[in-house]
Amino acid sequence: MDEFRAEVAAWLRENRPPEPDFLMPESFMEVGTDAQFNYLRDWQRRVFEAGYLGMTWPKEYGGGGQPQVMQDIVNIEMARQNVPFMPNTIGLNWAGPLILAIGTEAEKQKYIRGILSAEDIWCQGFSEPDNGSDLAAASTRAVRDGDEYVLNGSKIWTSLGTYAKYMILLARTNPDAASRYAGLSYFLAPMDVAGVEVQPIRKITGEYGFTQTFFRDARVPVDCLMGKEGEGWKIAMQTLTFERGASGGQAGGLSMVAVSAADVVELARSAMRDGRPAIEDPLIRDQLIGFLVEEQGDRLCGARARIPALCSERPGAIPMSGKLRGTEFRRRLCQFAISLQGANGARWVGDAHAYADGLWQRSYFNAFSATIGGGTSQVQANIVGERVLGLPKD
Amino acid sequence: MPQTLKNTMTFSDEQSMLLDTATGFFRDKSTSADVRNLIDSARGYDDAVWQEMVALGWSGLAIPEDFGGSGLGLAAAVAIAEPMGRHLAASPFLSTQLFVQGVLAGGSDEQKGQYLPAVAEGSVGTVALFEEDGNWDLLSAQAQLKVAGDRFTLTGVKTFVTDAEVATHYLVAATLAGEPALAIIAESELPAAALSRETVIDETRRSYRLAIDAVDVAGTSVIRGDQARKALAAIRDAALLLISAESAGGIAGVLEVIVEYLNTRSAFGRKIGSYQGLKHPTVDILIGLERARSHVYHAASLLDAGEDAEAALRMAKAEASSSYAFAGDRAIQFHGGFGFTYECDAQLYLRRALWSQYAFGDAAHHRKHLAALLLD
Repeated sequence: MDEFRAEVAAWLRENRPPEPDFLMPESFMEVGTDAQFNYLRDWQRRVFEAGYLGMTWPKEYGGGGQPQVMQDIVNIEMARQNVPFMPNTIGLNWAGPLILAIGTEAEKQKYIRGILSAEDIWCQGFSEPDNGSDLAAASTRAVRDGDEYVLNGSKIWTSLGTYAKYMILLARTNPDAASRYAGLSYFLAPMDVAGVEVQPIRKITGEYGFTQTFFRDARVPVDCLMGKEGEGWKIAMQTLTFERGASGGQAGGLSMVAVSAADVVELARSAMRDGRPAIEDPLIRDQLIGFLVEEQGDRLCGARARIPALCSERPGAIPMSGKLRGTEFRRRLCQFAISLQGANGARWVGDAHAYADGLWQRSYFNAFSATIGGGTSQVQANIVGERVLGLPKD
Repeated sequence: MPQTLKNTMTFSDEQSMLLDTATGFFRDKSTSADVRNLIDSARGYDDAVWQEMVALGWSGLAIPEDFGGSGLGLAAAVAIAEPMGRHLAASPFLSTQLFVQGVLAGGSDEQKGQYLPAVAEGSVGTVALFEEDGNWDLLSAQAQLKVAGDRFTLTGVKTFVTDAEVATHYLVAATLAGEPALAIIAESELPAAALSRETVIDETRRSYRLAIDAVDVAGTSVIRGDQARKALAAIRDAALLLISAESAGGIAGVLEVIVEYLNTRSAFGRKIGSYQGLKHPTVDILIGLERARSHVYHAASLLDAGEDAEAALRMAKAEASSSYAFAGDRAIQFHGGFGFTYECDAQLYLRRALWSQYAFGDAAHHRKHLAALLLD
């Protein structure tokens, strides 16, 4: 294992791409220019070709067929060396694990290798302009017509929409079903067909990265349907368990630029407060330790989750609260990091005197993409309250 | 150089069985009615239950086999303390464990041989550390040990001496020639009226003031110098671990009370648990519980492995203390008017949470020490 770790470390040192001359995206949700996209896609392909991605996925579909511990070593080493993340996030963390778990042999053969190599970029089509976190209200229609489904409607917050070849799509096949859940179906839909139009959305940071996707009589083959008609809700929920990290099975690699309390401790060493390093201020020290205790608590929850005897009462508590804990922590940590900069907290990316080029300000704004996307924190709290604690639905 | 934090987490089959047994034991032996009956009793706990705990080997579980215990180590005591806290069970278990850890870490082989086998057989020991100034620093006792030939005299006032009325031995922190020291005093050596009961916020606890004036102490009953420092550090470690474990259990207990009420009580035509104003803070309590438990079992794992656990223990205490206090506070509020009554069990947990918060340092105190460990 130590030998493997050393091999990975050496490979990453030798092969990490040079620092780009553009602003690095913080996650796949910030990839808004061709230069950013090509840089990251090329990096993912090289990592895959080196055998360091999808290491646990079956060999016959392009994976490595190796134990999780090997991929863990790679992931830890990547985080340690802070190399760029893997841009095909939806493919690697959602669609890929889902297809491997419930897809047909043909689907596995068709999609898995392209997900890993980043040749086929995937995007997600769950949210709609009128239904954010309430996925079951999806109104995009899919109507069977011979060997095709005809799609009409719109999806929003589609990251990488401009570059994606496929979309995991939740659409309504039967508006008259017994329940709103039963009328939904799940598609592995191609994006390169007539009638699909993608419009970039400008975000609070001023950057691009999200898109809105419009379907106007877009025709996709019937074999794009995953499972059966009416199983869309079930499959979408299964997809979300991959997103919330509750199931495992992800291909590996980093999915975003990591921000940790240790980074903020370093910031507090250089930022000044009343003419002294901020880290000497008792109030700031107290707050820094508060963040370290919280971050360590979540890290230890990860360790405890692997010991069933210590999670027997509510096995879902740690995995199902992971997104809520992690994303809210990041948002508050960034907020605090800005506050350490004194008056300079008011500067923004591009200003010559902005601390760390305005990284913390931008990270704070971008942090909302995770506290809102994939189910807002408020929806997450409902889910944990209802499914883990058994509280009544509202 | 600040230390790096680990994420060690181990839990043996033996500890798992112990946790299962203790969980069932305290569920049966410490119902809400039992807890309330014991509040009105002088002793504060049910001796029959304590004798069962002794018979199960729990009082001596951290005592090495050489001294009559089962040698499972302090980490195993977490598996008892957590369910004890969950059911607000009263017993001299905690006091006794602190006495044991002090003697084990600082005592001579003769002292261990003299005191520990009796504890393994059910004698109660306790520690007398704090004083009237409310200072949590264990190294600055005002109580004085003075040399008197080959013997000593002990003078001072100690507070928050738990279970003192039933203890047979006390480990008393004092200062000897400007250095920290500990005296082991037997109950028979105390003058009458040395002990007076304190009125404390947690009515399930029995806490005493110990006032002594020139009590004679044999030379063989004193722990001094580095041995005293080791003993005090071990007592602190054990207290942080077990109070945090008890608090994690307490959060789980009060969370159960809250969830039950939120699923039962209706207002404005709906179960109150359906309101996000109550649902979301209840999820916050759950998250506090999960983090606190994780800190506790991590600290126990480090202690088990003989590694430095100071940062982990202080983190556990900081997280468990503040999360428990929050849970207790919200439990009162969420019960509405009923929550304001003595009859509602929420107050039992809030009182316990506040007692635990102020025992051996509150969250802010430990964050301050953590800052020195992790930032400088």
